[in-house]
Formats: sequence, C-alpha cells, structure tokens
Amino acid sequence: MTQLALVIDLNVCVGCHACVTSCKQWNTSGWAGPMVDENPYDAAPTGTFFNRVQTFEVGNYPNTETVHFPKSCLHCEDPPCVPVCPTGASYKREDNGVVLVDYDKCIGCKYCSWACPYGMREVDTQQKVMKKCTLCIDRITDQSLPEAERKPACVLACPTSARLFGDVQNPDSEVSIAIRERGGYALMPEWGTQPANHYLPRHKNRMHITEDDLLRTNNPLKKEDITVYHGEETLEDVTW
Amino acid sequence: MHPAFSVIFLTTLLGAGQGLFLALITGQVYSRIHLIDAQSSDYYFHGSLIALALLVLGLIASFFHLGRPERAWRAASKWRTSWLSREVIVLPVLMGLVALFSLIHWMGWTQPFVVAGDDALPVDASLLVGVMGAIVAFALFVATAMIYASVKFLQEWASPLTVVNFTFFGLASGFMLAAAYSAWLGNDLVTFFGTWAVIFTAIAFLSRGASLLRNRHIKYRSNLKTAIGVRHRDIAQKSQGFSAGSFNTREFFHHRSPGTLRRVTAVFMLLVFPVPVVLIGVAYVTKSPTLPILAFLIQYLGLVAERWYFFAEAQHPQNLYYQTVS
Ligand code: SF4
Ligand code: SF4
Repeated sequence: MTQLALVIDLNVCVGCHACVTSCKQWNTSGWAGPMVDENPYDAAPTGTFFNRVQTFEVGNYPNTETVHFPKSCLHCEDPPCVPVCPTGASYKREDNGVVLVDYDKCIGCKYCSWACPYGMREVDTQQKVMKKCTLCIDRITDQSLPEAERKPACVLACPTSARLFGDVQNPDSEVSIAIRERGGYALMPEWGTQPANHYLPRHKNRMHITEDDLLRTNNPLKKEDITVYHGEETLEDVTW
Repeated sequence: MHPAFSVIFLTTLLGAGQGLFLALITGQVYSRIHLIDAQSSDYYFHGSLIALALLVLGLIASFFHLGRPERAWRAASKWRTSWLSREVIVLPVLMGLVALFSLIHWMGWTQPFVVAGDDALPVDASLLVGVMGAIVAFALFVATAMIYASVKFLQEWASPLTVVNFTFFGLASGFMLAAAYSAWLGNDLVTFFGTWAVIFTAIAFLSRGASLLRNRHIKYRSNLKTAIGVRHRDIAQKSQGFSAGSFNTREFFHHRSPGTLRRVTAVFMLLVFPVPVVLIGVAYVTKSPTLPILAFLIQYLGLVAERWYFFAEAQHPQNLYYQTVS
C-alpha cells in the first residue's frame, strides 16, 4: 500500500507563499484547464487555489511566536469527502492514495466540501466543478520527467525545503522518518480522518551552559591553546 | 453554513409535497375503513396532482444548487455510501408513485380486487400504490435529513433530531395543505386534516425546540489548537492567506449578525407554530374556507425561515481557518 503525502515543517516555513504561487501556476496551466481567477488586479480578487499559507500568532505580546501555516488537502486515509459524493467523482486512488475529483463526472453539488472538516475543497466558479489539491498528480506520475522532478510543484518551489513529499506508509521513507523522529502530527485528529499529510512542529534549540561547562571541568589539564598569532605564520601553521 | 435558497426551497417544497401525499393516503385509508366519509376519485386526483407539482418544484429548485445540472443523472450512482445519492433515487420513485396514484384516480381504476372482512377493507390499486408511496415518502424524509445529519463535523446537524424535525415539519405543512385544499373545496375533511396538522405541528415544536436547546449548549470538538496543532490557549489568526473572498469565506458562513439570527428564530417560532394553529382553530369555529389556506401559507413561510436558520446555525469547523483577512 502506498500513501503519498506531504510533510510540512512549520519550523522552517517562512511564509513566503512560493508554494501557493507555484501551485497555482502549475495547476492552472495543466490538462484540467485553468483555475478561475476573477478580478485579479481589482479590489476584490477571488479564485480557486489548492494551497494557501496562513499566519497565526501564538501567545501574548511580548511572548509571541509567528506560525506560518501552509494549508492544502491532507489526502486523508479515511477521507470523509469521498463516500458522500453522489456521483463517484470524488475518489481516492487505489495505487497511491491521492484523493482526486473527476472533473468530468462532478455535478458541482458541493456536498464533499461540506464533508471536509478542513475546508480544503473549492468550487471553480467557471468550470462549476469541485477542485482541490491533486498533489500534482500529472507531475508525480509522469514517467517522462526525471525522477527528481516527479514531485509536487510546491515541494520543488519551497526555498527552505519546508515541504517533504513521499510515501507515508513506507516506514523507511524520508517523510515517515521525519514524522517518527520529529514529532509529525495530524490536523484535527478528533474526526478520525487520518490525514496523510503531517506537520512537523516548531521546536526551539536551547543551550544550557552550566558553571562546569565554563570551567571546562572535563579538560583535565585545563590547558588551552594560547598561541597568539601575529600574521607572520605560514599556511602550515593553521592547516594540518 | 451559507443558506442557499435553492436548498431551502428544495427541502421545504419536498416536505410539503410528501406531507400532502401522506395526508391524502391517510384520508383514503381512514375512509376505506369507514372512519371518515369516502371521497370522490377527483378529490384524490387533484390532491395528488398538487403533491406532484410540489415535488416537481422542489426538484427544479435543486437544479439551481448544482454547478452542472446536465450531469445530475450521475448522482444516482453512489447510493451505497451517499445519502445525497439515495435522495436522488428515492425522489423520482416517489414522483412516479404519486403520478401513478393520480392516474389511477383519474382513470377510475378503483374497483377493489380484494375485500378484507365484511366490507371492512376494500383493497384497490390506488390503495396499494398509495401505501407504497407512503413508505417511499417516509424514506425520502430520512434520506433528505440524513444528507445533513450524516455530516458529523456539522455538530448542529449531526443528531437524530434533524431527521425528526424534517419529517414532522413536512407532515405538518402537508396536512395543513390538505386542510387548506379541503377547505377550498368546501369539504368537511378540514377538521380531520386540521387536527392532524396541529398534532404534527406540536410534535415538530417539541423536536425543534429540543434541537435548538441542544445546539445552544453544543461543545465544539474542534478549535484552533487542533486546527493548526499548536498547544496554546491564545492563538490569533493574522492572515488567512488572501485579501478578499474565496469559496471558503462564502460557502460556510451566513455573513449576518447574531441579531438577524435571533430575529429569524423569533419569526419562524411564531410563523411555524402558534399562528397556523390559531388560524386552524378559528377556521374550525368559523368554518372559513380561506383561513386554512392562510394557515398553510404562513406556516410555509415560517418553514422557509426555519430552513434558512437551520443552515445559518451550523458552524463548520473549516471556519476556524478563516477568521481574519490579514
Ligand atoms: S483534507 Fe478534506 S478534501 Fe482532503 S482528503 Fe481530507 S477530507 Fe478530503
Ligand atoms: S461537488 Fe462534485 S465531487 Fe463534490 S460531492 Fe458533488 S459531485 Fe462529488
């Protein structure tokens, strides 16, 4: 069993929206036709996006922390949006677990969007069908692309490598290891949707310096290199 | 949720149509077992045509909800998992049976083929089709309500009370319409249907009251902590990722003030329950042919307001992600 998914590292996401724009660019140019973009340069632009980056502030001033939070379909392992679809347009791929909408079957009843607790589905107001993140299914399954490029556009675009992509069912994959070793968690676990996408929490690196560290108690000879360099030394003096 | 008028009219018109058909069948069964006076075939023919018209209007309203109505036929395919698909199947079945019931009365194919007991229960084609239709009408109440009640994230809806409410609101308005229809014809079944309408209205009052109370004290399972997975009491959204609206900000919220919601509640609590009951009561005393019609129309208006509120009161957890523009 394969379940492709994203693991998003909140620790390094800087909220630059590169994933948002690369997602829109890739998916609006593909075989499925453009994603609606209304009044893009007016006061009230609106349109369909598969991916958004939101920003939250945690804590109270001055002890606050900014969390940039990329948000796209989580490709739930038990997706509540699939069984409710009356037409079968909303489905989960057997071979890789990606949750997709068949745009040729969808009647635009919006029921699946009600059944997604995360609000990850959006109606395209021009094509009048439901749309959502496809994990760039047309890229990741394209055998003509070099292996390294068979990744979602957002993953390739992220300048901080905050987005990992892989099979979360394979225990040895990069994503599984990241989830396991770095505390990867799922959103709204209370609904039992088992999101395949995971988020890596922010963590702080704290350095604890004790008196003993300062006294260098485990340097028994207490001997330091106290050579004073005056600029006359050769390369031999500094490299070995 | 955003209350869409297509769905409001769909559910209220279907409810009244199903209720009216159930009222006619109840009347027919009662008259067959000689509890009330027998009616002419024309009475049932015209009555069931009205029920059919309401069902057709409801169906038309539903098409306005769809982005791609030309593909609506596809919606019958996933009946194993989707209540919406089940509704899509049950509705035409009911329409077919109601149409058949009309046809039988129109053609006068009402010769009983079996008579149970000593003329205690003559069974004819219309009775068979009618009883089948009644079962299907109840199935439709369940299917329609379960579309909402089965979405567990919408905690206001995810309750058996939703099914009870839809059923009794439909029955109340249908029997009210049957009373109005009878009053219009000057038929003395007004009292019979009017009494049932009042009983169903009372039950609907209790169950809707119970769901209003339940929803007032609902404890939401999701919050910002679980939504973004950060354990802190104070989390404030600073940006939702875009400056203007999107599907997420339009579909899942009513964009009205709490005051409007309170007013709508007050309006429907008045128009659905006490006003029609009083009007039917006055009609009973004055034998007015028009008051029951007024009672039905006022109750229907109230039900439209009730359904609007039903959508508006449901809090979708996705709204947690859309609280601040920037
Ligand atoms: S995140 Fe929403 S749209 Fe995506 S699979 Fe889960 S329930 Fe479906
Ligand atoms: S909007 Fe389309 S994909 Fe969603 S439930 Fe309706 S038919 Fe299925």
